[in-house]
Amino acid sequence: MESKAKIKVEDVTKIFGKNAKKAVQLLNKGETKQEILKKTGSTVGVNKASFEVFPGEIFVIMGLSGSGKSTLVRMFNRLIDPTIGKIYIDGQEIVRMSKEELRKVRREKISMVFQKFALLPHRTILENAEFGLEIQGVDKEMRRQRALDSLQLVGLSGYEHQYPDQLSGGMQQRVGLARALANDPDILLMDEAFSALDPLIRKDMQDELLDLQSNMEKTIIFITHDLDEALRIGDRIALMKDGSIVQVGTPEEILMNPSNDYVERFVEDVDLSKVLTANHIMKRAEAVNIDRGPRVALEMMKKLGISSIYVVNKRRELLGAITAADAKKASETNKGIETILQTDVSCVSGDTLLTDLFDKVSTAIIPVAVTDEKNRLKGILVRGAVIGALAGNNENINASSIQEVQKMEEVL
Amino acid sequence: MNNLLPKLPVADWIDTLVDWLTTTFEGLFDGITIVLEFIVDILVGVFGFIPPILLIILLALLAWKLANKKIALFTLIGLLLVDNLGYWEPMIDTLALVLSSVFISIIIGIPLGIWASQNNTVRNIIVPILDFMQTMPAFVYLIPAIFFFSIGVVPGVVSSVIFAMPPTIRLTILGIKQVPSDITEATESFGSTTSQRLIKVQLPIAMPTILAGINQSIMLALSMVVIAAMVGAPGLGADVYRAVTQIQIGRGFEAGIAIVVLAIILDRITQNVGTKKKGEI
Repeated sequence: MESKAKIKVEDVTKIFGKNAKKAVQLLNKGETKQEILKKTGSTVGVNKASFEVFPGEIFVIMGLSGSGKSTLVRMFNRLIDPTIGKIYIDGQEIVRMSKEELRKVRREKISMVFQKFALLPHRTILENAEFGLEIQGVDKEMRRQRALDSLQLVGLSGYEHQYPDQLSGGMQQRVGLARALANDPDILLMDEAFSALDPLIRKDMQDELLDLQSNMEKTIIFITHDLDEALRIGDRIALMKDGSIVQVGTPEEILMNPSNDYVERFVEDVDLSKVLTANHIMKRAEAVNIDRGPRVALEMMKKLGISSIYVVNKRRELLGAITAADAKKASETNKGIETILQTDVSCVSGDTLLTDLFDKVSTAIIPVAVTDEKNRLKGILVRGAVIGALAGNNENINASSIQEVQKMEEVL
Repeated sequence: MNNLLPKLPVADWIDTLVDWLTTTFEGLFDGITIVLEFIVDILVGVFGFIPPILLIILLALLAWKLANKKIALFTLIGLLLVDNLGYWEPMIDTLALVLSSVFISIIIGIPLGIWASQNNTVRNIIVPILDFMQTMPAFVYLIPAIFFFSIGVVPGVVSSVIFAMPPTIRLTILGIKQVPSDITEATESFGSTTSQRLIKVQLPIAMPTILAGINQSIMLALSMVVIAAMVGAPGLGADVYRAVTQIQIGRGFEAGIAIVVLAIILDRITQNVGTKKKGEI
């Protein structure tokens, strides 16, 4: 394959019903799902989906029920066979594979986690976790060890000899996850894996998945109907409607540039504080170079109408802040800025979520500084802008952080 | 009444078919007779060899282990009553007849049920035949059974099998079909073969339902004992049949009570095998 995609999906279509051929023809003519249902009695499950999933990313497929997302994910391991289209996994076309080859892929490359857990009720937790390895014919000692490791990974040590119905929903899904991980697959398919759990447990599981993912770097396809969940865990999101992929993009792209009315309506109720970051709302930072004297600083503050200013060195690294009152005293006694520098300023990194900023922004006396990993001053967070962004006011949201950097370079 | 068409000679066809079968498959029927007689004889021999009081205690202990104390107590008292009334030997004959019929129902019925659960065509063929087997009055196939297997215990076993097998097949199909689709999907998604799916997942989950089917088969086989007696099968049925033909109400009741006792014991024990296992899980 020319691309480095882990999974490549090309024009994948699934028609449910008898007149699949005719339905495909009509689909090619551009008729809608409803028209095709009326004319042929067949349902278009998935309509010409094409996209790529890259190694190590969490790719979320989101849509309402009936949008075809569960059908789509089942075509990746051919629990459902596509009517037309191609699916490549590591460059291998899986739609044309023989039963044996497919079984090998299912055993070694792809594991799946199910919405209703789908645990085997007659087996203990340990035996459930062993299941995939047992199917492969891994010997007893080995599979027991790997199942135990996997259960430990999801925090279920000590429950090995219980039965699934003795566990809570959240714990049962951990078993489902452990069972999938025990195979050590490259790809994890998660079909509404957390949808049956109550909200608090769901959030814990999302955190845990992200945590696990930071160590394992699997390629994860995650199906959900919950936009908050998609935004929380997705590196990229594909939005589905009536079997078609409507938009593929990062959570920000989808929120900030919805490709059509459908996406826009979908995202309008989103809690922006969980999506927007400091980078989105920071204003350009007024700063004075430490080599300048306090008089220059005072003059800048007077001109800008502010009562304090950040101090940086030549490399734009943040050193601290000074207040107008201190600068005045220093200029009267001819002292340098360094003598009045306050170094305990609060600063955050650019990718901090808005929701985690409220506390700092509300308690800080001077605007909170945004810095990059090299401690360079990138911008400041003004209280008014934070509130404005939260209200969905686009004026307070930066179009892109790149522009912001350019602006700052002009200032400094 | 004048029909538009002349009467179809169904009766003649069946007669011809039975004649043809009797002569053509004589060897096969003889073979079946030998096997069935052998199975029944072994059971009668074993149960008859053990002294009644020892067998009663053993069965009561079995009931205790498989079911519970109450059923064990009932087994003890019920069987002592049967022995006291003098129906011990006919009861052993009946037990042997029922158990061999059920044994044959299981070894034929469960594989057929599994096959039908995996294959829609097979299911579409088997299910109507099952309906036919269950609703056709048992007397009707008693007659060809005599032709094929002559008089005695064998035609009794054969007609009991025909009558008792359907629930085992049906509930095997049902049990396997009832395994939640996400569980079979999960099994598939890990790359299991068909036989792995069947042995490791579908059959264990379907087991309580299959056991319920076997329980039903036992009850149906027991309900056939009087009819089997008409073709010469020994046992409690023969006593009931004799009592009816000779209008001996008292004796009829005694034999009837013995059948009821046996039925309750078999039913409760087999019913609890399924539920107890489920409870343990």
